[in-house]
Amino acid sequence: MSDVEPVGGPEGESDGAPSSAAARLAVLQRVGGIVTPLITVVFAFLVGGLVVVATTGKNPLTTYKAIFDGSGLNWLLPWETCSDPCTAALNFQQTLIIWIPLVLAGLAVAFAFRCGLFNIGGQGQYLVGAIVAVWVGSSFQGLTPVLHILLTIVAASLSGALYGGIAGLLKATVGAHEVITTIMLNWIAVWVGIFLFGLGGPLQNDTQPWVPVSNDVAEGAKLTVFWGDPILQGLHAGLFVAMGFLVVFWVMLNRTTLGYEVRAVGFNPEAARYGGISVSRNYFLAMAIAGLFAGLAGSLDILGWQYRLNVNDIQVSQVGFIGIAVALLGRNTAIGTGLAAMLFAALVTGTSTRNLDPEIFRPELASNLTLLIQGLVVLFVGADVLILYLWSLRRKARLGRAAAG
Amino acid sequence: MSERSVLEMRGIVKRFPGILANDNVSFDLKQGEVHALLGENGAGKSTLMNVLYGLYRPDEGEIRIGGKPVQIGSPRAAIENGVGMVHQHFMLIPVMTVAENIVLANEPRTKGIFLDHAVAETRVHELSERFGLAVGPRDLVADITVGMQQRVEILKALYRGADILILDEPTAVLTPQEAKELFEIIRSLTAQGKSIVFITHKLNEVLEIADRITVLRRGVRVETLAAEGATEAGLARLMVGREVLLRVDKQPAEPGDSLLQVEGLHVVDDRGIEKVRGVSFEVRAGEILGIAGVDGNGQTELVDALTGLRRSEGGHVVVGGKEHRNPTPREMLDSGQGHIPQDRQRRGLILDFTLAENIALHDYCYPPDSKWGWLYPRRLATRAARLLKEFDVRGGGPQTRASSLSGGNQQKVIVAREVSRDPRVLIAAQPTRGLDVGAIEFVHRRLIEERNEGRAILLVSLELDEILSLSDRILVIYEGEIVAEFAPGVSEEEVGVAMTGGGRREAAA
Repeated sequence: MSDVEPVGGPEGESDGAPSSAAARLAVLQRVGGIVTPLITVVFAFLVGGLVVVATTGKNPLTTYKAIFDGSGLNWLLPWETCSDPCTAALNFQQTLIIWIPLVLAGLAVAFAFRCGLFNIGGQGQYLVGAIVAVWVGSSFQGLTPVLHILLTIVAASLSGALYGGIAGLLKATVGAHEVITTIMLNWIAVWVGIFLFGLGGPLQNDTQPWVPVSNDVAEGAKLTVFWGDPILQGLHAGLFVAMGFLVVFWVMLNRTTLGYEVRAVGFNPEAARYGGISVSRNYFLAMAIAGLFAGLAGSLDILGWQYRLNVNDIQVSQVGFIGIAVALLGRNTAIGTGLAAMLFAALVTGTSTRNLDPEIFRPELASNLTLLIQGLVVLFVGADVLILYLWSLRRKARLGRAAAG
Repeated sequence: MSERSVLEMRGIVKRFPGILANDNVSFDLKQGEVHALLGENGAGKSTLMNVLYGLYRPDEGEIRIGGKPVQIGSPRAAIENGVGMVHQHFMLIPVMTVAENIVLANEPRTKGIFLDHAVAETRVHELSERFGLAVGPRDLVADITVGMQQRVEILKALYRGADILILDEPTAVLTPQEAKELFEIIRSLTAQGKSIVFITHKLNEVLEIADRITVLRRGVRVETLAAEGATEAGLARLMVGREVLLRVDKQPAEPGDSLLQVEGLHVVDDRGIEKVRGVSFEVRAGEILGIAGVDGNGQTELVDALTGLRRSEGGHVVVGGKEHRNPTPREMLDSGQGHIPQDRQRRGLILDFTLAENIALHDYCYPPDSKWGWLYPRRLATRAARLLKEFDVRGGGPQTRASSLSGGNQQKVIVAREVSRDPRVLIAAQPTRGLDVGAIEFVHRRLIEERNEGRAILLVSLELDEILSLSDRILVIYEGEIVAEFAPGVSEEEVGVAMTGGGRREAAA
């Protein structure tokens, strides 16, 4: 309705608050940008808590405290003391190890999203990266370590980019919807992986022909563990790569013409075209860059702590899918993705059976709680419009009272 | 017209979050009169009538119909109280016949379940005879003209027993001839005791059809006056709150070199139907070429093809001496073409971008905005700040989102961007659509200024007034062909006849 436009009116507010509806909504959304994801998480935990009560009859707060401690986040609290070997530190290292690929998988979804594309293919792009990383990392034995690492990471990232680019190219040329194509590409990646590393596969382990696993990556290709014991899966240098890419993501979107184009296409392809931007070129580039992030995640996992890839890993891996929840909760921003990845990483570590006291929570239910909360978050993320609406109702009610009084 | 009030609205207050859309507005309607509700976009006209039609609940105030206070909570309640509304966008079902559409929701039936077509058609026929609204009851709505569809909407309201009829900007979609016919219909309706609320922002219509006029400005009733003795200038002042120049002052054109040539252009629409059939013309430096026509006669496709936004099936465009066949939008921008698109929210602006980013929409990839792919947001902001000031854009600075600006200011941003690129050729498609009087004045003045600077300007508009007052030459497009050319002094009637294909028939005979 065209009549809802700024009307300052004699009732113009004296506190300097923006008086037009659009300006007010903008403020609301800016505040909402922080508030609604928080509310989302709180809601998800509340409903998750109900499930805990229903299934175990235990106090959900106790369960959540156990998950919190299991994630190692208590290591950050100044009043928690920690003796050697410090369990909290070990747990926190595990959380951070998972944080690394989740950040990158989240960015892979977020970047495509900013171009108006829904990249469900993070999982496939991640697997392609991991497969190429394990192949390059286990070949070229004796190469200079730094060179080997760089070569592996670049090769894996580019493969991921190429793989994501396929979906982008299909979208750009024939208009095939990226949701459909990326889902199909996910399965292609899974089955190619199973074929490559399965019994008798071309990349199956040379020394153990009865195990469906790849060769180990060369010692020189492994990333440095800088916190904790390398034997006990300490934290590897990939952490800094993930942190760096959060910055790269922000800079690319906000300080380059590429980012300008991607955002323009994402907001309004019709207006972007009118502005002289090639929409199809950006669809391809955005998907390729998304694939690059995911492929990089795969290579960091291989070089940082997995060192090999077996068929079972390929089948059960969820990194790319959690990345979708991370991006949604993080609202496709760099900071949001970093924080949301931390939440999911902590949940994954905190509910893993070895970290959770079986007295408090049955182990077989524990990891399902992660999935449950993950699902609830995705569900509630879609509800932010509803939350904004409820907010405006509250405002209306207040105005109504003011008018009556 | 009798002195009996059929409708009284007293002290209506309607708030939306952050907006006072109606501030203590009173309005009354006498039996058999046409009461025009006049105001700029956003003045609160539609809000007031939506309150009456039950689409909004008023926060305060009272409505009396026939002297009795009523609560109108829904359109159904409005209809029961004898209030009918014809919206700007028709609510008809295209695959059903005229008669079926009219009797919908209150159908005559046989055996309780089947629609009685014979009775329906008879009743529709009776109604159309009585009020002089000729329609074919058996025609499919999809096959009839927009003017006819409007009649069907009016009949629908009458069929449901409306005594009070609200017409929301009814002439916006009509040709001048159709508008004249509508006015005849309105007179016949009031002669038989119906009362009409006529919402508009067009001053000439108000003076022609209304008995009384209520002017709204920013949600407040400014004045209610008799149409007799009112003048366009006086009404414009009431609407806008200041003096407005209604007629554009301009010197005769001094055309220079031909800057834009179009040769034998053929364009099809999305469904593959040929909408532009071999159009050729040229625009010279320092002139405004106006293209008049009824909506849907190929104007959109023509502009899209000229700007590279749509493929052409044949022909070519020459800008500044260079020939283009199926260019990209980028090629046309770089050849020195500016384009004010007809849909500013869908195409002209990225509403989620800031004004600085929107102003850089064409030039972000060139220095000084960027270098080697690196963007300089501060330079974008500096330029935006300068242009916003120069073009008097109100309601925000460089970092404001485009969505929070009013329509008029959004259009100013677009004009600022297109003009500041110093284009040789400026294509303006419906540059004042949906704008209020003040903003229209601004856009018109600016177009004339750009013409005087020596740019070639192509003006495509559905508003005949606009074409007539701005153009130095006028072409008429009808069914994808240029059917007539006129000099600026031509009468509205002559152009109107050509717009409906009359000119072509003459030429063919």
